[in-house]
Amino acid sequence: MRREAFINAAIFTLLLAVPLWAYWADQPFTITLATRVAIFALAGVGLNLALGLGGLVSFGHAVFFGIGGYAMGILASHAQSYTPLMEWPFTLNGTKSMPVIWLVATLSSALAALAIGALSLRTAGVYFIMITLAFGQMFFYFTISWPAYGGEDGLLIYVRNGFPGMNTLDPIQFFLICFSLLAIVLFFMARLAKSPFGLALSAARHNEKRVQAVGIAPYRLRLVAFTISGGITGLAGALFADLNRFVSPNMFSWQTSGEIMVFIILGGTARLFGPVAGAALFILLEHFLGGLSEFWHIYLGALLLVVVLFARGGLIGLLAGREVAHD
Amino acid sequence: MTLILFIEQLLNGLQSGVMLFLMAAGLTLIFGVMGLINLAHGSFYMIGAFAAAAVAAATGSFLLALIASLAAAALVGSLVELTIIRRLYDRDHLDQVLATFALILIFSEGTRWLFGSFPLFLDIPDYLSGPVTLPFGIQYPLYRLAIIGIGLLVAIGLFALIAKTRIGIQIRAGESDREMIGALGVNISRLYTIVFALGAALAGFSGALIGAIQSVQVGMGEPMLILAFVVIVIGGIGSIKGALVGAILVGMTDTMGRFLLPTIFATFMEPSTATTIGSSLASMSIYILMAGVLLFKPTGLYGKA
Repeated sequence: MRREAFINAAIFTLLLAVPLWAYWADQPFTITLATRVAIFALAGVGLNLALGLGGLVSFGHAVFFGIGGYAMGILASHAQSYTPLMEWPFTLNGTKSMPVIWLVATLSSALAALAIGALSLRTAGVYFIMITLAFGQMFFYFTISWPAYGGEDGLLIYVRNGFPGMNTLDPIQFFLICFSLLAIVLFFMARLAKSPFGLALSAARHNEKRVQAVGIAPYRLRLVAFTISGGITGLAGALFADLNRFVSPNMFSWQTSGEIMVFIILGGTARLFGPVAGAALFILLEHFLGGLSEFWHIYLGALLLVVVLFARGGLIGLLAGREVAHD
Repeated sequence: MTLILFIEQLLNGLQSGVMLFLMAAGLTLIFGVMGLINLAHGSFYMIGAFAAAAVAAATGSFLLALIASLAAAALVGSLVELTIIRRLYDRDHLDQVLATFALILIFSEGTRWLFGSFPLFLDIPDYLSGPVTLPFGIQYPLYRLAIIGIGLLVAIGLFALIAKTRIGIQIRAGESDREMIGALGVNISRLYTIVFALGAALAGFSGALIGAIQSVQVGMGEPMLILAFVVIVIGGIGSIKGALVGAILVGMTDTMGRFLLPTIFATFMEPSTATTIGSSLASMSIYILMAGVLLFKPTGLYGKA
């Protein structure tokens, strides 16, 4: 366990040090890459609560990523066109303030996760995978054919939203915002995993019957975990939308759900820093292999196969040994 | 809206349902016998279509193209089963989802690398093109009618294979107790390869048949894969009968939803809003259907608890 803590600290330091170095060396593109890592890692950390700790293989986390993105897109587009979001029963205006957007994104995606989870958690195993996938597709097709906010073309936001006291258009400042959020969520996750709730959730993954026998209802545990998980992934979606200043139905696509899962697996399932390591590896691969060949997805696929077949602990499992059993 | 148009749409729904069944049958067999959830099934659909398009371009024969689609998909399917898939049978669903997701990436990009990003076209042969007149003066494309016929024949053949033949008995036995049939001297790994190749061939075959109506392109398999998943979840995973019922249900809901919902909404809304709301609801309709079925029967219509 101490070795894993050491590796976690190293990953954390590296993710902070590289952009700071890039800032000093005046390489804004590297900072943007690191920002992407932080945002994807955040989405992965969200899913990891459901998938790693709870054993809930959700193939529909793109829903929450997308809702977070559209929360930002809808609020900011109303603010930039000076039209109210709604006028009845009370007037609601758009906003360009990041903290408000984050709050709306987190709450609305958590609410969606509560509703989807309440229905999906009635099933288990393959059916759970499929029904979450189906909810993802439902949202995907809905946003494509819903013309109010851009439909298939998505929504373009001209200026990045603001954060009090910071210039978010400066890459390094925006990175620091994303990195801080990631750090806060990671801290929260570390505490959560060791709390009675986290332990019970983990126990329900190992042996549902025993957990029931000691008087804990696994359904409620899982529903709470799924809701928190969706909220965190939604926050990442809002940040991702702000990074690109663009939202599109693609955020809801099932490939997005697959990629968030890939971050976790590449890094190591149920490891605190698994999604961070996985997202970093993914972005590095995308950057370097994408430069080598137009068909870099072949190499990504091959690597993913190797990890799933032979290195089941992912990157962190490889480095830290297998103290935490993967199951 | 006329009755003739309505019947035409019903036939279209049946046609898409029958093709979905070819996809879903393989998927549900593979899950039922091996317990494997196979995302790469859409890739076999794509491989079948590409093989058919390539052979049709080289030889000009549609029949040869169909045979090529079966052969190519079965060949790739058995190769993948022998090298990769059989390592996944004992793994949990998460590993299976990820490994087959990786296979999708490899197959899609590999096909793009081989054939390029532009769609290929597979022409309907002369003897199957043109409309045919059905009773009540309904004009319907002969090719689509042929697809319905072929699909139903394959469905009957599949039911016969599973109910009457030796291999079918082994498949059914494998579904209920794989250790036992192994102990009785059935070569399980060979049986698994056959089932996997059979499923892949069915997917490839439907890819070729659909490829002649739509275009043949990379990524064509994934929408079909997701529909097939909806089908087998509605029908109950592992049940061939469920796959047939689910496929017809999904095909009908999808086609009739797209056709009827905008018209229904147009009766009390202005036409442009009715079209957008109707079509967005229609595209969601099968997922709503699936969620509805799962709420009342969490293991699908014909699934075992």
